[in-house]
Amino acid sequence: MSFKVLLEFTKVALVALRLNKLRSALTALGIIIGVASVIAMQAIGNGATQALQRQISALGTSVLNAMPTSMMVGGRRMGAPPFSEKDMRELREQLPGIAAMSGLLNGQVTAVNGAVNWNTTASGIHAEYFDVRPWALESGRYFTEDENIEGAKVAILGRTVVSEMFEPGTDPLGAVIRINNIPFEVIGTLTLRGQSGNNDPDDVIFVPLSTARSRLVGRNFATVPDAAGQLAIRIDEAYSLPEVQAQLVTILRKLRRIKPGQDDTFSIRNFAELLQTRNEQQKTLRWLLAVTAAMSLLVGGIGIMNIMLVSVTERTREIGLRMAVGARGRDVLAQFLIEAVLLCLAGGIVGLALGVGVTAVVSHLAGWKVSIGAGTVALAILASASVGILFGFVPARRAARLNPIEALRHE
Amino acid sequence: MSGAALVSARHLGKTYQLGEQSLRALDDVSFDVQPGEFVAIMGPSGSGKSTLMNLVGALDTPSSGQLAIDGADVGAMDADQLADLRNRTIGFVFQQFNLLRRTSALENVKLPLLYSRQRPADPDAAARAALELVGLGERLHHQPAQLSGGQQQRVAIARALVNRPRLVLADEPTGALDSQTSAEIMALLERLNAEGLTVILVTHEPDVAAHARRLLRVKDGRLVEDRTVVASR
Repeated sequence: MSFKVLLEFTKVALVALRLNKLRSALTALGIIIGVASVIAMQAIGNGATQALQRQISALGTSVLNAMPTSMMVGGRRMGAPPFSEKDMRELREQLPGIAAMSGLLNGQVTAVNGAVNWNTTASGIHAEYFDVRPWALESGRYFTEDENIEGAKVAILGRTVVSEMFEPGTDPLGAVIRINNIPFEVIGTLTLRGQSGNNDPDDVIFVPLSTARSRLVGRNFATVPDAAGQLAIRIDEAYSLPEVQAQLVTILRKLRRIKPGQDDTFSIRNFAELLQTRNEQQKTLRWLLAVTAAMSLLVGGIGIMNIMLVSVTERTREIGLRMAVGARGRDVLAQFLIEAVLLCLAGGIVGLALGVGVTAVVSHLAGWKVSIGAGTVALAILASASVGILFGFVPARRAARLNPIEALRHE
Repeated sequence: MSGAALVSARHLGKTYQLGEQSLRALDDVSFDVQPGEFVAIMGPSGSGKSTLMNLVGALDTPSSGQLAIDGADVGAMDADQLADLRNRTIGFVFQQFNLLRRTSALENVKLPLLYSRQRPADPDAAARAALELVGLGERLHHQPAQLSGGQQQRVAIARALVNRPRLVLADEPTGALDSQTSAEIMALLERLNAEGLTVILVTHEPDVAAHARRLLRVKDGRLVEDRTVVASR
């Protein structure tokens, strides 16, 4: 079939579709919804994966987190003591592969700037902390280990704290805020990390660990004068993470004098494992979305088949006439197939636009950067055209197999 | 039998299978139609004249006997070859016009060209010429609903003529028209015949049949009369 004939058939199909505008639109609606969900599924799935990837690189895949849990004392379960500066010194000597290590002493504090009160988390850290978990500065600087050792009253603010405590447009750098009534100088602000689940990672004030211990949250750890809280350790890429993790457990058990057979009084979190789990969950979600999209395309396709069958019945006489003036079976087949495909393509294009809109809204709300590429557009076109061919075939074949005499006599 | 016959039927038979019963709609019909003839096929309903017309129109194939149209054996053709034969050699005119609704006269007339193997260089010009031939040169862009019954039938005749067929087959062409308009349509067919077109007319009205030069009467599936009419025109 030549291109010219194809063009003529397309014109014929367009006329037929225009004769039943409302019906065509309603029929295409199924495809519109189907394609829109395919597009949104694809884009949102990609966005979620990219967000996850960013989180992975933000947290670091070779970071081990050790945190105190609980222990049994005289038949009663109570909180285990924090790790200490001494523990850290021992680890630096005994544990191979440490690239960077920091304590993390957290506590709830009230920060005041002029008339503004804000309850937030203060995290006491060593200067190496940002080498364990990179977090770029928006402005200002990090503090040095010397500042930590001398207990400097300096603070680095997360984005949420900045926006809650400072008027828009004012520069927090150099400002003095009071944390639990102790003045701190703001020396840096951090870039936005973005909401993940229920906790806001940007609602935080970082201060030197020794300052936090002596002035802010030390009371909570009174039994351990050199408390360092949790430990965040980045392992050199050259070392095997599981092996180092096993060694870490052995050393920590020794340092905490845990007898063989007794439970650990700490837990070690490995972000690579954690994110692996979340990745698996997301895969399941994507499958679910894909099945939903396929189902809506299927329903849309059945709608197309249904309306095309009705159309063939309604236009039996027209088909008979076309056959009488020389249309071959394949001409009639092509005509109805083209009609079904055009209907689906129109639905596909509208669905594409709708899907892009939905994606834009969702990615805006979730704070993802989502781009719709040529592949997605091709997917929409391909999916809708295939639905047209697949579900248009049975009605088109029925039309092509009509007996011209009976078709002409049809009322 | 003349070698140049446009339609040549020899012992033509058609049997329909209706469940257990078989219905013999046409039995041992033989005749020739020469180029340029104007033939009327008459008979009461159920006589087999519709079956005969379907065969001569290459819409159906015979159960027995031979049928040649323009020298080609219809019985040996598959569906695609029949379609090509209809497209190339035969023009149909129906009682109910069978025009495509909401489609201009010009587009309706162009319809057979869509399926033609030898499409004219300018289909619009061919369709316009056909419409001018039937006196509708001024109504090219009217839709069927905007035309009278007679005008619609003229569009249908133009459609039958657009592929320059050797034979026009008209099935009760005046059945849906009043007597005044009927006369005009018959006059048009007579004029086309006078210009060399072969016309076969199927009707049960003697008035209409009277325009033909030759009468074939069918009854109970058999050809019972074949006579030349001395036309009064």
